[in-house]
Amino acid sequence: MTTRGTGPGDRLDPEEAGPGRGSKMLGGRAVLVSSASTVLFFAIIAIIVALAPGSGIVAERFFDPFHLKQSFLGTPSTPSVAGAFLLNVEIFAISEVLILILALVIAVVRQIPGPVFFPFRMVAIAYTDLFRGIPLILVLYMIGFGVPGLGLAGLSYLSDVTYGIIALVLVYSAYVAEVYRAGIESVHESQNAAARSLGLTRWQSMRFVILPQAVRRVVPPLLNDFIGLQKDTALVSVLGSIEAARAAQIYSASEFNYASYVVAALLFVLITIPLARFTDRLIARDKRRRQAGALA
Amino acid sequence: MIKRAVLVGFLVAVLLAVGCGGQGSAEQGSKESCDVKDPPLFKEGVLTVATDRPAYPPWFEGSPENYSGFEGDVANEVAKRMDLPVEWVVEPFNKSYAPGAKDYDFDINQITITPEREKAVDFSDGYFDNAQGVLVLNGNPAADAESIADLKDARLGAQVGTTSLDFINETIKPDEEPKIFDTTNDAKSALESGQIDAIVTDLVTTVYLRDFEIDGSVVVGQYPRNEQFGMLFEEGNRLVGCVNKVLGQMKEDGTLSELQETWLQDYLSVPILKE
Repeated sequence: MTTRGTGPGDRLDPEEAGPGRGSKMLGGRAVLVSSASTVLFFAIIAIIVALAPGSGIVAERFFDPFHLKQSFLGTPSTPSVAGAFLLNVEIFAISEVLILILALVIAVVRQIPGPVFFPFRMVAIAYTDLFRGIPLILVLYMIGFGVPGLGLAGLSYLSDVTYGIIALVLVYSAYVAEVYRAGIESVHESQNAAARSLGLTRWQSMRFVILPQAVRRVVPPLLNDFIGLQKDTALVSVLGSIEAARAAQIYSASEFNYASYVVAALLFVLITIPLARFTDRLIARDKRRRQAGALA
Repeated sequence: MIKRAVLVGFLVAVLLAVGCGGQGSAEQGSKESCDVKDPPLFKEGVLTVATDRPAYPPWFEGSPENYSGFEGDVANEVAKRMDLPVEWVVEPFNKSYAPGAKDYDFDINQITITPEREKAVDFSDGYFDNAQGVLVLNGNPAADAESIADLKDARLGAQVGTTSLDFINETIKPDEEPKIFDTTNDAKSALESGQIDAIVTDLVTTVYLRDFEIDGSVVVGQYPRNEQFGMLFEEGNRLVGCVNKVLGQMKEDGTLSELQETWLQDYLSVPILKE
């Protein structure tokens, strides 16, 4: 390809690629070539798919408008995929908050210096090692089927969705704690030294100097993990509740049509895109602020 | 310039290739035109039969190369009457209705014939009248249920993809949304840990779970729903005609009832749930 510019899909640097800005920097000819190549690229894919010998049957089995609509709305015997998706959103919203808190605690505990706190650091390290290593599905089974089996008052008689949220929080907190830790360790030691020399306690230095810088730096990877979390909410269905992917599966098995999965996928994408754009904006804002600070 | 020429050449080549690929035509014929002496087979000289794995007794017994059991023997008998050996292959239920050619002759896997499903695949005539069964643990309030109405306030569970869910939603209409599990094994875990009160499955599976899998469980009853299991074929496969002819003979001369008696007798004597 001879194009110098990049298509709208190639934004490597979110700061540079504000609306329209990337295009302005290209010559008119480059814009023309890049749009032509984009159109051509997608046209070829579309043509290949459309002309494939089985495209008719694939279209009918995956994209039939009747089934798209009916699975979205549900029938008397099959649940609505859209309605079930609300459960994904609920699980996601609750787990996300809990993960942010628990992970931060783990990351901070891991950073506490001093021999007295050795056992705490040990626990934090063991926790992240363990839960990053165990497949989520296994944690779901152990929490969702194991804990109720124990017959413990107060712990064993929760709803399956609650157990699902607990499992998601346990696993994702381990990941997110590592993201936080990367952020904390990326803050230069001189920041801490300066804070301490100003008379801040170790905790104050962590709270007011290190963490604000650390968290800001890890917002993009954090949101990346949350997009993963959004999709993994679908796994909670192994414990019995009907979320979007399960509703899609039920519809699919009942009507022998996969359009319901397409509906579920679109719903997941729909909720992911705003989150991705929000991340972009956060990064851009942060960069602007830091540059403004450097000039002052 | 050279690059551009290469690009254009590439595009033309792609378009040509795609154009040529679009001329597949499926051989179709009416179902009745199938000749049992010379059936259209996936693989010459052998009847390729698919089922999911793991395959459960009493539907399937024995090794996967040489199944018996009720469904296993129904397929074996069909093959025998067509003078063919059977070759078993694995087909997950979720894939059985995927678009495209199937790499077997038919799938036999406790698949209920429904009008919706018939739009996507072809079914043989029914070879088994299915009923739904309800399984609970001894001591659970639902164990005393005698009618459909008694089950309304129970927390019910079913396996995904089964018509048991239709039965729950359309007939029982429970107060609480049913729980759906990937496998009967997961449903069993949920039942044993008290997350649900009852498992609804096809009657044979219900009784199998009671007798071999879940200690201290009882079958509260069965509910016939005018459902039949059929063998699943690729849409337009003329072999359906042959299999239906053979199945018809097997019904007439009592072979099918004999097989049912051999394999399923212990599973079908369960009281019927009142409305």
